[in-house]
Amino acid sequence: MISLLRSIGLIFLHMFRKRETIQYPEEKVVLHPRWRGRIVLTRDPDGGERCVGCYLCAAACPVDCISLQATEDEHGRRYPAFFRINFSRCIFCGYCEEACPTYAIQLTPDFEMGEYNRQNLVYEKEDLLIDSQGKYPGYNYYKVAGLSAGVKGKGEGANEEPPVDIRSLIP
Amino acid sequence: MVRIYIDQKPYDVKPGKNLLETCLTLGLDLPYFCWHPAMGSVGACRQCAVKVFKDENDKAGRLVMACMEGVRDNMYLSVNDTVAHDFRSQNIEWLMSNHPHDCAVCDEGGSCHLQDMTVMTGHAYRRFRFPKRTYQNQYLGPFLHHEMNRCIQCYRCVRFYKDYAGGKDLDVFAAHNHVYFGREKDGVLENEFSGNLAEVCPTGVFTDKTLREHYTRKWDMTMAPSVCQHCSLGCNIIAGERYGALRQITNRFNGAVNGYFICDRGRYGYEFVNDPDRVRQPVIHAEKEGRNLFESLSGILTEGKLIGIGSPRASLEANFALRRLVGEENFYQGIPENEAELLRKILAIQHSGHVHTPSLKETEYADVTLVLGEDPTNSAPRLALALRQAVRTKPLEDIAGSNIPLWNDAAIREMIQDEKGELFMAYPVNTKLDEIASGALHAAPEDIARFGFAIAHFIDGHAPVPEGMEPQTLESARRVADLLEKAERPLIVSGTTLFNGDIIQAAYQIGQALEKGERKAALCFVLPECNSAGLALMQAPSLAMAMKAAETGKFATAVVLENDLYRRAERSEVDRFFSTFENCIVLDHLENDTARRATVLIPTATFAEGEGTLVNNEERAQRFFQVFMPKNEHIRESWRWLDEFRQFRDGSRPDELRELDNLLEELVSAMPQFKGAEMAAPLSDFRINGQRIPREPHRFSGRTAMLANVAVSEPKPPEDTDSPLSFTMEGYRGLPPAPLTPFYWSPGWNSGQSMHKYQSEAGGSLRGGDPGVRLSGDGVHFSNGLQGTIPSAFKRQDNEMALVPLPHIFGSDELSVRSSSVEGRSPRAYIALSSLDAERLHAAEGSILQMRIGGQVFDLPVTLKNELPEGLAGLPYNLPSMSGITWPAKGVLTNTAL
Repeated sequence: MISLLRSIGLIFLHMFRKRETIQYPEEKVVLHPRWRGRIVLTRDPDGGERCVGCYLCAAACPVDCISLQATEDEHGRRYPAFFRINFSRCIFCGYCEEACPTYAIQLTPDFEMGEYNRQNLVYEKEDLLIDSQGKYPGYNYYKVAGLSAGVKGKGEGANEEPPVDIRSLIP
Repeated sequence: MVRIYIDQKPYDVKPGKNLLETCLTLGLDLPYFCWHPAMGSVGACRQCAVKVFKDENDKAGRLVMACMEGVRDNMYLSVNDTVAHDFRSQNIEWLMSNHPHDCAVCDEGGSCHLQDMTVMTGHAYRRFRFPKRTYQNQYLGPFLHHEMNRCIQCYRCVRFYKDYAGGKDLDVFAAHNHVYFGREKDGVLENEFSGNLAEVCPTGVFTDKTLREHYTRKWDMTMAPSVCQHCSLGCNIIAGERYGALRQITNRFNGAVNGYFICDRGRYGYEFVNDPDRVRQPVIHAEKEGRNLFESLSGILTEGKLIGIGSPRASLEANFALRRLVGEENFYQGIPENEAELLRKILAIQHSGHVHTPSLKETEYADVTLVLGEDPTNSAPRLALALRQAVRTKPLEDIAGSNIPLWNDAAIREMIQDEKGELFMAYPVNTKLDEIASGALHAAPEDIARFGFAIAHFIDGHAPVPEGMEPQTLESARRVADLLEKAERPLIVSGTTLFNGDIIQAAYQIGQALEKGERKAALCFVLPECNSAGLALMQAPSLAMAMKAAETGKFATAVVLENDLYRRAERSEVDRFFSTFENCIVLDHLENDTARRATVLIPTATFAEGEGTLVNNEERAQRFFQVFMPKNEHIRESWRWLDEFRQFRDGSRPDELRELDNLLEELVSAMPQFKGAEMAAPLSDFRINGQRIPREPHRFSGRTAMLANVAVSEPKPPEDTDSPLSFTMEGYRGLPPAPLTPFYWSPGWNSGQSMHKYQSEAGGSLRGGDPGVRLSGDGVHFSNGLQGTIPSAFKRQDNEMALVPLPHIFGSDELSVRSSSVEGRSPRAYIALSSLDAERLHAAEGSILQMRIGGQVFDLPVTLKNELPEGLAGLPYNLPSMSGITWPAKGVLTNTAL
């Protein structure tokens, strides 16, 4: 009896609480920056594609919905020739973002991707690549990598000595 | 067997091995870098530290490098000891202090030994805050990419390239903490085995440049066990595919054949599979327009008699299916008469019982080698590498009594210094093996044969002696005979390269002379193509016989199987041959002159798209497996097409459609000489725990996206009806039988170094025995192949030049030369002359001379080779621009500039 009354009382009190239900789609939901929604490919601070086609996102993907092919430009800079995500399979787990060594692939707070036709959920690189650094500004992988791919020369990286003169015997 | 205790557990192990090998054989994960099973230990990387205790009561112990310490009875050691483990992980940390942040863009990533070892020791966070050392890279040619920043100074590259493969142009430069592994300056790496550096290097300093053009991680490839198609040795390879294109060839270990290494022709010659000139659709000639394939085929097949031309580059199954379609009496080998004659002779010798046919591995242990009229570096490259090992390992016998174990590579090399085993080369021009040979004879093929007969005479006085030989040559023949006679494991290498039967006869005479009861000399023959032995064992007549038979006009249709006849005989002869038929069905995978003559052209599968069996030069039947199912359903194995043709003709019975196993079964029952070929690999219904063996690693990615651009609903994966392998990542994950190993992987060992998990002992043969079955040749009568007479000495002709074919590793093989990387290393057409001949024609190096061979005329630049005897000229063998010469040839050489 007492528990019954207590429940009724609690329900009565909830009438004066803040409402959680919102009138979507008229009213938009506020999402946190780290909310895991639509996947994008970002660019580095110099405007170049961040993705280097390392295949780690594809390997990490538990539903195998990412496929790509790496290629390289005349300077040896790697980039994806195509990059495809099948969002009809994606479970938005964010493992791809976690695996990405260059901050290229990122999940964004956007879930409004509904389609009538399932085929339209297959996103190609032109649908994924955005003109922004996304959540991680200031990082350019090729500046910290050891190889030279037209971004910096050998030994010009963040924490690198100038190239060794192999004809010298001086310590 | 000796007893050792590792971490208090007793193990019975083989003596004479080092601790590292022993631990790996026992399945213990011990990290290492510089040790290589084929190259021994040098103790350079300090990675494989373990603790060794004095006795069971010793608690302190001492750190030793496992690769530098031999196994002793009653030994106590610890792999998991904290001090040893910390030492290993600190060592990795030091090695990594200069290693760049490159894994994402490094081609080695995912199959990287350094990655594996770093994870194994637990080094995860970088503590070293100081700048990293950097290097400039070098251009190393079309095969390898150089990224020197990644180097961890294990010295494996120079040990392989210089010591093992005899390369001259890769070395270590500079000093102390910035040694550099590269060439003296930018340039193409010259050695024929340079591609192995990509596998030997434990990290990404040397990577496969052709893979780079269509880069795919190891885990993303669909792989299958395959057999190299580019020479007669039949090296085992792993071929990998992604998105419908062949991406990479890597070595597949076979203890009896290629071991750990393959040549660059085998590694880089694969790109013909992705050639845009592939035949992709059945083509019906214009006159037959309006009829579909089925109608025109059943019309052609039923209208008249068929003649079948087989091919030494097609599988046994394909040749057999053709033989069954046209009937035994109408089946011909698609090779010139001379070549067929040589092959008959070689088979007769191999089955004579007087000589031993060695496996490629056995040739590495020969103590005296005589190469008679062969240039293995160019005609069978992997054999040249084996002969180098024979020369290198021979002096090791002398130090067997010393206390230095054979795996202690640096020490034994120091001890033997420049001592070498005996190798004698006899070939018309200089070869790469001359540099390690203790003697070389440069002479015309006839004189090489006479030299061989003289050797046979000096070993066995009953053998006839050639008349009128120069005393100097006789003296060296006597020396070689003396060496061969005293040798314990003499080896004679000969083959078809010079198209000279007398040389082969001479090799046989020497082998016969050396026979002493049970002890037989080893005779290794180099054959022209990957299935030359298999086709020859079918004992069909040659192409010349087919041409003769066709002239009677009794055949309405020719069926040509994977064979460009314009490479086999002179153009006019082939044209005349084709003109005798109403119809010509050509089955091939590449567009070529023969394919253009076809009334019906049928697209066939390459080795990557189909299954089949090849017989190599030692008559080892080996199965290669389909790597991927081509999207184009017209591309099917030749044997499948041919078997269907048979059914079209006999009235279609689709239920009778043959699988590979049935075909092989019938092959063996029709021709008992192939007995054993059906056992080369498990049958198609073989399963382990009811499961197939997956062609894809368990981390294969993109299944639900790779075809989503075509249709978002994933199609059913293709099914394999011909083998126990599956085209998916599902299936049995344990160790598959050796002939069915599609890739090497073991937990914690992602790179090819995981191979030791597949071996019965580290560096030994594969578990369950090395793949391939030696054919017995039972039931074949090799008539009169064993007789021969001594030819007369070579004499210069006034009006014409005698010609010898000079094969080239890059260029002479029909298929590999279609790969752009191999084509880039292929020589331009030339004529090699001695300067005496050149002077007579008023020609110098580089001047253009006209060569007329039969009806064919070639304008060729001169290359001077002074070792050539006067009156003898060398022509590059089978370059695409120079095919269709009937060897041995003679030609008239003129200087048109005069």
